[in-house]
Amino acid sequence: MIEVINLSKSYQNNEAVKSINFNIGENEIIGLLGPNGCGKTTTIAMILGLLKPTKGKILINKKNIEYHRIELLHKMNFISPYIELPKKLTVKQNLIVYAKLYNVKKIDQRIDYLSSTLRLNKILNNLTGELSSGQKNRVSLAKSLINNPSVLLLDEPTASLDPETGNFIRSFLEDYIKQKKISILLASHNMEEVKRLCTSVMMMKNGKIIDRGAPRELIKKHGRKNLEEVFLKLARTKDEL
Amino acid sequence: MYGLFLRHFFLIKSSFPRILDLIYWPTIQIILWGFISKFFSIYSDYYNNTVGIILTCAILYDFLFRSSISFNMLFLEEIWSRNFTNLFIAPMKISEIIISLVFTALIRTLIGLVPAILITSPLFGISILNLGIPLFFLFLSLYIFGITLGLFVSSGLIRFGPSFENIAWSSLFLLAPLGCIYYPIEILPEFFQILAKGLPLVFIFDETRNILVNNFVDFGNILHAFYLNAIYLLIGIYLFYFSFSKARKKGSLINMGE
Repeated sequence: MIEVINLSKSYQNNEAVKSINFNIGENEIIGLLGPNGCGKTTTIAMILGLLKPTKGKILINKKNIEYHRIELLHKMNFISPYIELPKKLTVKQNLIVYAKLYNVKKIDQRIDYLSSTLRLNKILNNLTGELSSGQKNRVSLAKSLINNPSVLLLDEPTASLDPETGNFIRSFLEDYIKQKKISILLASHNMEEVKRLCTSVMMMKNGKIIDRGAPRELIKKHGRKNLEEVFLKLARTKDEL
Repeated sequence: MYGLFLRHFFLIKSSFPRILDLIYWPTIQIILWGFISKFFSIYSDYYNNTVGIILTCAILYDFLFRSSISFNMLFLEEIWSRNFTNLFIAPMKISEIIISLVFTALIRTLIGLVPAILITSPLFGISILNLGIPLFFLFLSLYIFGITLGLFVSSGLIRFGPSFENIAWSSLFLLAPLGCIYYPIEILPEFFQILAKGLPLVFIFDETRNILVNNFVDFGNILHAFYLNAIYLLIGIYLFYFSFSKARKKGSLINMGE
Protein backbone atom coordinates (compact mmCIF):
# COMPACT_ATOMS: atom_id res chain seq x y z
CA MET A 1 0.00 0.00 0.00
CA ILE A 2 1.25 3.48 -0.87
CA GLU A 3 0.25 6.65 0.99
CA VAL A 4 1.50 9.96 -0.36
CA ILE A 5 0.91 12.80 2.09
CA ASN A 6 1.38 16.52 1.27
CA LEU A 7 4.31 15.65 -0.99
CA SER A 8 6.30 18.55 -2.48
CA LYS A 9 9.57 18.88 -4.32
CA SER A 10 11.34 22.11 -5.19
CA TYR A 11 14.51 22.66 -7.19
CA GLN A 12 15.84 26.11 -6.37
CA ASN A 13 12.98 28.34 -7.61
CA ASN A 14 11.08 25.63 -9.47
CA GLU A 15 8.36 23.77 -7.58
CA ALA A 16 8.12 20.48 -9.49
CA VAL A 17 5.55 18.81 -7.22
CA LYS A 18 3.12 20.83 -5.12
CA SER A 19 1.65 19.23 -2.03
CA ILE A 20 0.05 16.17 -3.60
CA ASN A 21 -1.90 13.48 -1.75
CA PHE A 22 -3.03 10.05 -2.84
CA ASN A 23 -3.33 6.44 -1.69
CA ILE A 24 -2.94 3.24 -3.63
CA GLY A 25 -4.47 0.21 -1.97
CA GLU A 26 -3.66 -3.44 -2.36
CA ASN A 27 -4.61 -4.91 -5.76
CA GLU A 28 -5.19 -1.46 -7.18
CA ILE A 29 -3.68 0.06 -10.30
CA ILE A 30 -3.77 3.85 -10.20
CA GLY A 31 -2.98 5.82 -13.33
CA LEU A 32 -0.92 9.00 -13.27
CA LEU A 33 -1.56 11.14 -16.31
CA GLY A 34 -0.24 14.49 -17.34
CA PRO A 35 1.75 16.36 -19.95
CA ASN A 36 5.54 16.11 -20.10
CA GLY A 37 7.19 17.96 -17.23
CA CYS A 38 4.10 17.94 -15.03
CA GLY A 39 5.86 16.12 -12.17
CA LYS A 40 5.07 12.44 -12.81
CA THR A 41 8.67 11.23 -12.92
CA THR A 42 9.58 13.39 -9.92
CA THR A 43 6.72 11.83 -7.96
CA ILE A 44 7.79 8.30 -8.92
CA ALA A 45 11.43 9.08 -8.06
CA MET A 46 10.38 10.26 -4.60
CA ILE A 47 8.32 7.11 -4.02
CA LEU A 48 11.39 5.06 -4.97
CA GLY A 49 13.58 7.02 -2.58
CA LEU A 50 15.76 8.29 -5.44
CA LEU A 51 14.74 11.84 -4.68
CA LYS A 52 14.32 13.49 -1.31
CA PRO A 53 11.02 15.34 -0.90
CA THR A 54 11.16 18.97 0.14
CA LYS A 55 8.01 18.49 2.20
CA GLY A 56 5.58 15.72 3.02
CA LYS A 57 6.04 12.00 3.36
CA ILE A 58 5.56 8.71 1.58
CA LEU A 59 4.43 5.65 3.49
CA ILE A 60 4.86 2.23 1.95
CA ASN A 61 3.02 -0.42 3.93
CA LYS A 62 2.79 2.18 6.75
CA LYS A 63 6.56 2.81 6.83
CA ASN A 64 8.22 6.06 5.78
CA ILE A 65 10.51 5.54 2.76
CA GLU A 66 12.92 8.18 4.11
CA TYR A 67 13.69 6.13 7.20
CA HIS A 68 13.18 2.57 5.91
CA ARG A 69 14.47 2.93 2.35
CA ILE A 70 16.51 -0.26 2.07
CA GLU A 71 13.94 -2.39 3.90
CA LEU A 72 11.11 -1.12 1.69
CA LEU A 73 13.04 -1.38 -1.58
CA HIS A 74 13.14 -5.15 -1.06
CA LYS A 75 9.40 -5.15 -1.81
CA MET A 76 9.33 -2.47 -4.51
CA ASN A 77 10.36 -2.33 -8.14
CA PHE A 78 10.25 -0.08 -11.16
CA ILE A 79 10.19 -0.22 -14.94
CA SER A 80 10.82 2.62 -17.35
CA PRO A 81 11.76 2.76 -21.04
CA TYR A 82 14.52 5.23 -20.05
CA ILE A 83 16.32 2.67 -17.95
CA GLU A 84 17.94 -0.41 -19.45
CA LEU A 85 19.62 -3.55 -18.26
CA PRO A 86 23.30 -4.22 -19.02
CA LYS A 87 23.44 -5.03 -22.73
CA LYS A 88 26.44 -7.35 -22.65
CA LEU A 89 24.82 -9.74 -20.19
CA THR A 90 22.40 -12.43 -21.30
CA VAL A 91 18.80 -12.18 -20.21
CA LYS A 92 19.31 -14.95 -17.68
CA GLN A 93 22.49 -13.37 -16.27
CA ASN A 94 20.65 -10.07 -15.80
CA LEU A 95 17.79 -11.78 -14.01
CA ILE A 96 20.22 -13.68 -11.77
CA VAL A 97 22.08 -10.44 -10.92
CA TYR A 98 18.88 -8.67 -9.91
CA ALA A 99 17.56 -11.72 -8.07
CA LYS A 100 20.77 -11.65 -6.02
CA LEU A 101 20.53 -7.88 -5.44
CA TYR A 102 16.97 -8.31 -4.16
CA ASN A 103 17.98 -11.33 -2.10
CA VAL A 104 15.44 -13.58 -3.85
CA LYS A 105 15.33 -17.12 -2.47
CA LYS A 106 14.78 -19.95 -4.99
CA ILE A 107 16.16 -17.93 -7.90
CA ASP A 108 15.82 -20.67 -10.53
CA GLN A 109 12.16 -21.18 -9.67
CA ARG A 110 11.44 -17.45 -9.91
CA ILE A 111 13.24 -17.11 -13.24
CA ASP A 112 11.43 -20.17 -14.60
CA TYR A 113 8.07 -18.69 -13.59
CA LEU A 114 8.79 -15.28 -15.11
CA SER A 115 10.31 -16.72 -18.29
CA SER A 116 7.30 -18.88 -18.96
CA THR A 117 4.68 -16.23 -18.15
CA LEU A 118 6.52 -13.46 -20.03
CA ARG A 119 7.54 -15.67 -22.97
CA LEU A 120 11.27 -15.36 -22.35
CA ASN A 121 12.26 -19.02 -22.57
CA LYS A 122 13.67 -18.81 -26.08
CA ILE A 123 15.72 -15.68 -25.40
CA LEU A 124 17.08 -16.45 -21.93
CA ASN A 125 20.58 -17.04 -23.26
CA ASN A 126 20.56 -14.13 -25.73
CA LEU A 127 22.49 -10.94 -25.04
CA THR A 128 20.11 -8.30 -23.72
CA GLY A 129 21.55 -5.69 -26.08
CA GLU A 130 20.63 -7.79 -29.11
CA LEU A 131 16.92 -8.07 -28.29
CA SER A 132 14.09 -6.26 -30.08
CA SER A 133 12.41 -3.44 -28.14
CA GLY A 134 9.42 -5.69 -27.39
CA GLN A 135 11.68 -8.42 -26.03
CA LYS A 136 13.69 -5.89 -23.99
CA ASN A 137 10.46 -4.59 -22.54
CA ARG A 138 9.38 -8.06 -21.44
CA VAL A 139 12.82 -8.64 -19.90
CA SER A 140 12.59 -5.33 -18.02
CA LEU A 141 9.16 -6.35 -16.77
CA ALA A 142 10.61 -9.68 -15.61
CA LYS A 143 13.36 -7.76 -13.78
CA SER A 144 10.75 -5.53 -12.15
CA LEU A 145 8.86 -8.59 -10.89
CA ILE A 146 11.90 -10.65 -9.89
CA ASN A 147 11.46 -9.79 -6.19
CA ASN A 148 7.69 -10.40 -6.23
CA PRO A 149 7.11 -6.73 -5.29
CA SER A 150 4.15 -5.50 -3.31
CA VAL A 151 4.63 -2.04 -4.84
CA LEU A 152 5.30 -1.68 -8.56
CA LEU A 153 5.92 1.61 -10.32
CA LEU A 154 5.43 1.58 -14.07
CA ASP A 155 6.63 4.54 -16.11
CA GLU A 156 5.25 4.22 -19.66
CA PRO A 157 5.64 0.43 -19.66
CA THR A 158 4.39 0.00 -23.22
CA ALA A 159 5.96 3.07 -24.85
CA SER A 160 7.21 2.39 -28.40
CA LEU A 161 5.90 -1.17 -28.46
CA ASP A 162 3.96 -2.71 -31.32
CA PRO A 163 0.22 -3.25 -30.60
CA GLU A 164 0.57 -7.01 -30.10
CA THR A 165 3.38 -6.70 -27.53
CA GLY A 166 1.62 -3.78 -25.83
CA ASN A 167 -1.52 -5.86 -25.57
CA PHE A 168 0.43 -8.82 -24.20
CA ILE A 169 1.96 -6.63 -21.46
CA ARG A 170 -1.42 -5.17 -20.52
CA SER A 171 -3.04 -8.63 -20.37
CA PHE A 172 -0.13 -9.87 -18.29
CA LEU A 173 -0.55 -7.03 -15.80
CA GLU A 174 -4.32 -7.61 -15.61
CA ASP A 175 -3.75 -11.27 -14.74
CA TYR A 176 -0.84 -10.55 -12.42
CA ILE A 177 -2.77 -8.17 -10.19
CA LYS A 178 -5.52 -10.76 -9.80
CA GLN A 179 -3.03 -13.31 -8.52
CA LYS A 180 -0.73 -11.20 -6.33
CA LYS A 181 -1.09 -8.71 -3.51
CA ILE A 182 0.33 -5.68 -5.22
CA SER A 183 -0.18 -1.91 -5.54
CA ILE A 184 0.68 -0.43 -8.93
CA LEU A 185 1.23 3.17 -9.97
CA LEU A 186 1.10 3.51 -13.75
CA ALA A 187 2.37 6.65 -15.48
CA SER A 188 1.40 6.53 -19.11
CA HIS A 189 0.48 8.57 -22.14
CA ASN A 190 -1.55 5.72 -23.55
CA MET A 191 -5.14 6.57 -22.59
CA GLU A 192 -6.60 3.26 -23.69
CA GLU A 193 -4.08 1.46 -21.56
CA VAL A 194 -4.96 3.59 -18.54
CA LYS A 195 -8.68 3.10 -19.12
CA ARG A 196 -8.25 -0.66 -19.43
CA LEU A 197 -5.94 -1.23 -16.47
CA CYS A 198 -6.61 1.45 -13.88
CA THR A 199 -9.28 1.51 -11.23
CA SER A 200 -8.66 5.21 -10.75
CA VAL A 201 -6.78 7.97 -12.55
CA MET A 202 -5.00 11.09 -11.30
CA MET A 203 -4.52 13.97 -13.70
CA MET A 204 -1.39 15.98 -12.99
CA LYS A 205 -0.52 19.44 -14.24
CA ASN A 206 2.19 21.87 -13.15
CA GLY A 207 3.07 19.69 -10.19
CA LYS A 208 -0.48 19.40 -8.86
CA ILE A 209 -3.13 16.72 -9.06
CA ILE A 210 -5.93 18.64 -10.72
CA ASP A 211 -8.51 15.89 -10.96
CA ARG A 212 -9.00 12.25 -10.10
CA GLY A 213 -11.54 9.47 -10.38
CA ALA A 214 -12.41 6.28 -12.22
CA PRO A 215 -11.78 6.59 -15.98
CA ARG A 216 -15.48 6.33 -16.86
CA GLU A 217 -16.43 8.84 -14.15
CA LEU A 218 -13.91 11.37 -15.48
CA ILE A 219 -15.17 10.98 -19.04
CA LYS A 220 -18.73 11.51 -17.83
CA LYS A 221 -17.83 14.39 -15.50
CA HIS A 222 -16.06 16.35 -18.25
CA GLY A 223 -18.64 15.50 -20.91
CA ARG A 224 -16.08 14.00 -23.28
CA LYS A 225 -16.07 10.87 -25.46
CA ASN A 226 -12.95 9.30 -24.10
CA LEU A 227 -10.07 9.73 -21.66
CA GLU A 228 -7.82 11.30 -24.29
CA GLU A 229 -10.27 14.16 -24.73
CA VAL A 230 -10.45 14.61 -20.96
CA PHE A 231 -6.66 14.72 -20.87
CA LEU A 232 -6.53 17.33 -23.64
CA LYS A 233 -9.21 19.44 -21.98
CA LEU A 234 -7.40 19.45 -18.65
CA ALA A 235 -3.99 19.99 -20.22
CA ARG A 236 -5.26 23.02 -22.14
CA THR A 237 -7.22 24.52 -19.25
CA LYS A 238 -5.44 27.58 -17.89
CA ASP A 239 -7.01 27.61 -14.47
CA GLU A 240 -6.74 24.43 -12.54
CA LEU A 241 -9.93 22.81 -11.38
CA MET B 1 33.90 19.55 -44.77
CA TYR B 2 33.34 22.90 -43.10
CA GLY B 3 30.06 21.57 -41.71
CA LEU B 4 31.82 18.64 -40.08
CA PHE B 5 34.49 20.98 -38.71
CA LEU B 6 31.74 23.21 -37.28
CA ARG B 7 29.99 20.22 -35.67
CA HIS B 8 33.10 19.56 -33.55
CA PHE B 9 34.05 23.21 -33.14
CA PHE B 10 30.66 24.08 -31.63
CA LEU B 11 30.95 21.11 -29.30
CA ILE B 12 34.39 22.16 -28.06
CA LYS B 13 33.49 25.85 -27.86
CA SER B 14 30.46 25.20 -25.68
CA SER B 15 32.14 22.82 -23.26
CA PHE B 16 34.71 24.08 -20.79
CA PRO B 17 35.57 20.52 -19.62
CA ARG B 18 36.45 19.61 -23.24
CA ILE B 19 38.72 22.65 -23.61
CA LEU B 20 40.34 21.85 -20.29
CA ASP B 21 40.78 18.26 -21.41
CA LEU B 22 42.63 19.40 -24.54
CA ILE B 23 45.02 21.53 -22.50
CA TYR B 24 45.34 19.12 -19.60
CA TRP B 25 47.05 16.10 -21.18
CA PRO B 26 49.96 17.85 -22.94
CA THR B 27 50.60 19.98 -19.85
CA ILE B 28 50.74 16.99 -17.50
CA GLN B 29 52.92 14.99 -19.90
CA ILE B 30 55.38 17.87 -20.22
CA ILE B 31 55.55 18.41 -16.45
CA LEU B 32 56.05 14.70 -15.73
CA TRP B 33 58.71 14.13 -18.38
CA GLY B 34 60.34 17.45 -17.51
CA PHE B 35 60.95 16.25 -13.94
CA ILE B 36 62.13 12.85 -15.15
CA SER B 37 64.58 14.47 -17.60
CA LYS B 38 65.82 16.84 -14.90
CA PHE B 39 66.42 13.92 -12.56
CA PHE B 40 68.44 11.94 -15.08
CA SER B 41 70.51 14.94 -16.14
CA ILE B 42 71.48 15.68 -12.50
CA TYR B 43 71.76 12.15 -11.11
CA SER B 44 72.78 10.15 -14.17
CA ASP B 45 74.60 7.52 -12.10
CA TYR B 46 71.78 6.99 -9.58
CA TYR B 47 70.40 3.80 -11.12
CA ASN B 48 73.66 2.38 -12.37
CA ASN B 49 73.80 -0.52 -9.97
CA THR B 50 70.15 -1.35 -9.82
CA VAL B 51 68.58 -2.79 -12.90
CA GLY B 52 64.81 -2.62 -13.07
CA ILE B 53 63.96 0.16 -10.62
CA ILE B 54 62.09 2.05 -13.28
CA LEU B 55 60.28 -1.06 -14.45
CA THR B 56 59.35 -2.00 -10.87
CA CYS B 57 58.04 1.51 -10.23
CA ALA B 58 56.14 1.38 -13.53
CA ILE B 59 54.47 -1.89 -12.49
CA LEU B 60 53.54 -0.45 -9.09
CA TYR B 61 52.21 2.71 -10.68
CA ASP B 62 50.21 0.64 -13.14
CA PHE B 63 48.75 -1.32 -10.23
CA LEU B 64 47.62 1.96 -8.69
CA PHE B 65 46.27 3.16 -12.03
CA ARG B 66 44.39 -0.10 -12.71
CA SER B 67 42.85 -0.27 -9.25
CA SER B 68 41.54 3.28 -9.46
CA ILE B 69 40.33 2.94 -13.04
CA SER B 70 38.73 -0.44 -12.28
CA PHE B 71 36.73 1.16 -9.48
CA ASN B 72 35.66 4.01 -11.74
CA MET B 73 34.90 1.69 -14.64
CA LEU B 74 32.43 -0.30 -12.57
CA PHE B 75 30.51 2.91 -12.06
CA LEU B 76 30.88 4.14 -15.61
CA GLU B 77 29.69 0.81 -17.01
CA GLU B 78 26.40 1.31 -15.17
CA ILE B 79 26.05 4.83 -16.56
CA TRP B 80 26.92 3.81 -20.13
CA SER B 81 24.48 0.90 -20.05
CA ARG B 82 21.78 3.17 -18.57
CA ASN B 83 21.48 0.77 -15.66
CA PHE B 84 22.44 3.32 -13.01
CA THR B 85 18.92 3.92 -11.72
CA ASN B 86 18.26 0.18 -11.46
CA LEU B 87 21.29 -0.09 -9.22
CA PHE B 88 20.14 2.66 -6.87
CA ILE B 89 16.58 1.36 -6.54
CA ALA B 90 17.91 -2.05 -5.58
CA PRO B 91 17.92 -2.58 -1.81
CA MET B 92 21.63 -2.02 -1.32
CA LYS B 93 23.18 0.12 1.39
CA ILE B 94 25.86 2.57 0.30
CA SER B 95 28.36 0.60 2.38
CA GLU B 96 27.42 -2.56 0.47
CA ILE B 97 27.90 -0.78 -2.85
CA ILE B 98 31.35 0.45 -1.77
CA ILE B 99 32.46 -2.97 -0.47
CA SER B 100 31.29 -4.80 -3.59
CA LEU B 101 33.06 -2.27 -5.82
CA VAL B 102 36.27 -2.56 -3.78
CA PHE B 103 36.43 -6.33 -4.19
CA THR B 104 35.35 -6.38 -7.83
CA ALA B 105 37.94 -3.71 -8.63
CA LEU B 106 40.63 -5.85 -6.97
CA ILE B 107 39.78 -8.84 -9.15
CA ARG B 108 39.74 -6.66 -12.30
CA THR B 109 43.10 -5.18 -11.34
CA LEU B 110 44.74 -8.54 -10.67
CA ILE B 111 43.46 -9.98 -13.96
CA GLY B 112 45.31 -7.20 -15.75
CA LEU B 113 48.41 -7.08 -13.60
CA VAL B 114 49.41 -10.69 -12.95
CA PRO B 115 50.30 -11.41 -16.62
CA ALA B 116 52.30 -8.15 -16.76
CA ILE B 117 54.32 -9.18 -13.70
CA LEU B 118 54.89 -12.67 -15.09
CA ILE B 119 56.28 -11.48 -18.43
CA THR B 120 58.79 -9.03 -16.91
CA SER B 121 60.98 -11.89 -15.68
CA PRO B 122 61.53 -13.75 -19.00
CA LEU B 123 61.60 -10.56 -21.06
CA PHE B 124 63.74 -8.28 -18.90
CA GLY B 125 65.20 -10.57 -16.23
CA ILE B 126 63.48 -8.56 -13.51
CA SER B 127 61.18 -9.80 -10.78
CA ILE B 128 59.10 -7.43 -8.72
CA LEU B 129 59.18 -10.12 -6.03
CA ASN B 130 62.73 -8.94 -5.27
CA LEU B 131 61.07 -6.37 -3.05
CA GLY B 132 60.29 -9.21 -0.65
CA ILE B 133 57.62 -9.09 2.06
CA PRO B 134 57.34 -5.26 1.96
CA LEU B 135 55.92 -5.68 -1.56
CA PHE B 136 52.65 -6.82 0.02
CA PHE B 137 52.43 -3.62 2.08
CA LEU B 138 53.37 -1.47 -0.90
CA PHE B 139 50.67 -3.12 -3.03
CA LEU B 140 48.12 -2.81 -0.22
CA SER B 141 48.96 0.85 0.28
CA LEU B 142 48.70 1.56 -3.44
CA TYR B 143 45.43 -0.34 -3.66
CA ILE B 144 43.91 1.66 -0.80
CA PHE B 145 44.98 4.90 -2.48
CA GLY B 146 43.64 3.71 -5.85
CA ILE B 147 40.30 2.85 -4.29
CA THR B 148 40.27 6.20 -2.50
CA LEU B 149 40.75 8.03 -5.79
CA GLY B 150 38.00 5.83 -7.22
CA LEU B 151 35.73 6.94 -4.39
CA PHE B 152 36.49 10.61 -5.08
CA VAL B 153 35.74 10.23 -8.79
CA SER B 154 32.64 8.07 -8.25
CA SER B 155 31.34 10.70 -5.83
CA GLY B 156 31.73 13.23 -8.64
CA LEU B 157 29.94 10.91 -11.06
CA ILE B 158 27.02 10.46 -8.65
CA ARG B 159 26.77 14.16 -8.00
CA PHE B 160 27.52 15.62 -11.45
CA GLY B 161 26.73 12.73 -13.79
CA PRO B 162 28.58 11.55 -16.91
CA SER B 163 30.12 15.00 -17.49
CA PHE B 164 32.51 14.08 -14.69
CA GLU B 165 33.78 11.15 -16.77
CA ASN B 166 36.91 12.89 -18.05
CA ILE B 167 38.07 13.46 -14.49
CA ALA B 168 37.84 9.71 -13.98
CA TRP B 169 40.49 9.16 -16.65
CA SER B 170 42.72 12.08 -15.80
CA SER B 171 42.79 12.07 -11.98
CA LEU B 172 45.82 9.81 -11.71
CA PHE B 173 47.85 11.62 -14.33
CA LEU B 174 47.41 14.81 -12.35
CA LEU B 175 49.01 13.11 -9.35
CA ALA B 176 51.78 11.38 -11.33
CA PRO B 177 54.26 14.29 -11.31
CA LEU B 178 53.65 14.90 -7.59
CA GLY B 179 53.72 11.20 -6.75
CA CYS B 180 57.48 11.04 -7.46
CA ILE B 181 57.12 7.67 -9.13
CA TYR B 182 60.39 7.67 -11.05
CA TYR B 183 62.45 10.25 -9.15
CA PRO B 184 63.05 11.34 -5.54
CA ILE B 185 61.05 14.18 -4.05
CA GLU B 186 64.10 16.47 -4.02
CA ILE B 187 63.78 16.87 -7.78
CA LEU B 188 60.53 18.84 -7.36
CA PRO B 189 60.49 22.60 -6.74
CA GLU B 190 60.04 23.40 -3.05
CA PHE B 191 56.38 24.32 -3.26
CA PHE B 192 55.56 21.07 -5.05
CA GLN B 193 57.54 19.16 -2.43
CA ILE B 194 55.16 20.46 0.24
CA LEU B 195 52.18 19.26 -1.79
CA ALA B 196 53.82 15.94 -2.62
CA LYS B 197 54.45 15.17 1.05
CA GLY B 198 50.70 15.16 1.53
CA LEU B 199 50.42 12.16 -0.80
CA PRO B 200 51.11 8.57 0.23
CA LEU B 201 52.60 7.93 -3.22
CA VAL B 202 55.83 9.77 -2.39
CA PHE B 203 56.48 7.49 0.58
CA ILE B 204 55.52 4.32 -1.29
CA PHE B 205 57.77 4.95 -4.30
CA ASP B 206 60.57 6.36 -2.18
CA GLU B 207 60.52 3.16 -0.17
CA THR B 208 60.45 1.02 -3.31
CA ARG B 209 63.61 2.71 -4.57
CA ASN B 210 65.14 2.54 -1.12
CA ILE B 211 64.64 -1.24 -0.89
CA LEU B 212 65.99 -1.88 -4.37
CA VAL B 213 68.98 0.50 -4.14
CA ASN B 214 70.01 0.10 -0.47
CA ASN B 215 68.59 -3.36 0.33
CA PHE B 216 67.10 -1.86 3.47
CA VAL B 217 63.45 -1.52 4.55
CA ASP B 218 62.37 1.70 6.24
CA PHE B 219 59.00 0.80 7.75
CA GLY B 220 58.60 4.43 8.75
CA ASN B 221 57.90 5.27 5.10
CA ILE B 222 55.37 2.44 4.77
CA LEU B 223 53.60 3.46 7.98
CA HIS B 224 53.51 7.10 6.92
CA ALA B 225 51.86 6.06 3.67
CA PHE B 226 49.25 4.06 5.60
CA TYR B 227 48.45 7.00 7.89
CA LEU B 228 47.89 9.26 4.91
CA ASN B 229 45.86 6.55 3.18
CA ALA B 230 43.63 6.17 6.21
CA ILE B 231 42.89 9.91 6.21
CA TYR B 232 42.13 10.05 2.48
CA LEU B 233 40.05 6.86 2.59
CA LEU B 234 37.85 8.26 5.36
CA ILE B 235 37.42 11.49 3.39
CA GLY B 236 36.59 9.45 0.26
CA ILE B 237 33.94 7.40 2.06
CA TYR B 238 32.42 10.51 3.60
CA LEU B 239 32.38 12.21 0.18
CA PHE B 240 30.63 9.22 -1.39
CA TYR B 241 27.85 9.35 1.22
CA PHE B 242 27.66 13.14 0.93
CA SER B 243 27.38 13.00 -2.87
CA PHE B 244 24.63 10.40 -2.67
CA SER B 245 22.72 12.58 -0.25
CA LYS B 246 23.21 15.67 -2.48
CA ALA B 247 22.20 13.71 -5.58
CA ARG B 248 18.97 12.67 -3.84
CA LYS B 249 18.22 16.34 -3.19
CA LYS B 250 19.21 17.57 -6.67
CA GLY B 251 17.69 14.67 -8.59
CA SER B 252 20.84 13.65 -10.44
CA LEU B 253 20.21 9.95 -9.78
CA ILE B 254 17.10 10.00 -11.94
CA ASN B 255 18.40 10.85 -15.37
CA MET B 256 21.86 9.37 -15.17
CA GLY B 257 22.95 7.98 -18.53
CA GLU B 258 20.18 9.59 -20.52
